[in-house]
Amino acid sequence: MAGSYDRALTVFSPDGHLFQVDYALEAVRKGSCAVGVRGADVVVLGVEKKSVLKLQDERTVKKICMLDEHVCLAFAGLSADARVLINKARIECQSHRLTVEDSVSIEYITRYIAGVQQKYTQSGGVRPFGISTLIMGFDSDKVPKLYQTDPSGVYSAWKANAIGRSSKTVREFLEKNYKEDMNKTESIKLAIRSLLEVVQTGAKNIEIAIMGTDSVIQRLELAEIEAVVAEIEAENEKEKEKSKPATSQQ
Amino acid sequence: METLFGITGKDFVITAYDSKAVASITLMKIGENKSRELNPHTLMLFSGEPGDGVHFSEYIERNIKLYGIRNGIELSPRAVASFARRELADSLRSRKPYSVNLLIAGFDVKTNKPSLYWLDHLASLADVPFAAHGYGAYYCLSLLDRYHREDITEEEGIKLLQKCVGELRSRMILNMPDFVAKVVNKDGIRLVQL
Repeated sequence: MAGSYDRALTVFSPDGHLFQVDYALEAVRKGSCAVGVRGADVVVLGVEKKSVLKLQDERTVKKICMLDEHVCLAFAGLSADARVLINKARIECQSHRLTVEDSVSIEYITRYIAGVQQKYTQSGGVRPFGISTLIMGFDSDKVPKLYQTDPSGVYSAWKANAIGRSSKTVREFLEKNYKEDMNKTESIKLAIRSLLEVVQTGAKNIEIAIMGTDSVIQRLELAEIEAVVAEIEAENEKEKEKSKPATSQQ
Repeated sequence: METLFGITGKDFVITAYDSKAVASITLMKIGENKSRELNPHTLMLFSGEPGDGVHFSEYIERNIKLYGIRNGIELSPRAVASFARRELADSLRSRKPYSVNLLIAGFDVKTNKPSLYWLDHLASLADVPFAAHGYGAYYCLSLLDRYHREDITEEEGIKLLQKCVGELRSRMILNMPDFVAKVVNKDGIRLVQL
């Protein structure tokens, strides 16, 4: 089956697979979960923060990164690969501004990142990037945008998506609970609720960044996230109470 | 020739540039922007070869911005000036050097001190309390020598700049259009009326 076709990247298998790219997607599936939700006038990115080791300075571990003032990226997979790709994207954002005197559109920078990821699936002696990314932001048309790229170099726009660990479960949750034209509070709540499906330990392992039409990235404080988590837990309790069978009359 | 001024004070730097764009003996435009905001607390003014000025300053602007996004922190004015000087020095030793003179005015948010750097197309760098580029320098540096003090307030700084512009108006053969003045302080960069 896989056998000798999975070693070299530049070799198709008889059934049309590029095994290295498939294996890169496996690497992504091992990474911590990231979720993106697009509301009516806001975009929310949420990531699962791995438990910080005692002696580690948690401020140096950033999973949501700014590419330009109006573009934000979250990734799932190999962090080192992400660092390289993010650096390339940041340079491209400034280069675009220099040549065209205009900031990048979200689609442009997504296309660029996907293009870089694709290039590494067609060269000799290199391996694909082991990351999928969620890119969010606002263009000058003030419409919220959310895009996803993966190691094969494919990109598409999404209303809400999840990548990384248990992304299938989270995506199904999002499909069930996504509503069109949600406002800021509802979007944040949906993002946190979907992350709580994966993150058992609660608010301290969740990082949220939001962007509104003013194109300013806002990271939520731990206290704000805890407040929403408490709200969600209270709602869950109420649901559980309602679904409990009525106590029999004695 | 284009004139640039810079004056530091207690907690600010005031800069000014003449807003005319000249091609040989013709006045092409009044209201030309000869400054670029490199980051929220650093302003760069340029003069010299017209195309070179814009090209070089935008290149520096984009690189300083990239540094800010990569590292999540503003580059200090001293570091910005060093970077610009280094780029000028490399360009000087290339086939066709950039022909630009710069004034870099900044407010260091860590030390809370204003600073002004004078750079020329031969990649000299000087940290100065006040500076000028162009023919205006010949007329106004002596004025600044006489009246400048390290601890002047913003109002006094503006008055001093008005004195310099007045001197140019009365003594330079060329007509001097309005100067555009910008102040850099801890709150950022803003336009002021001279």
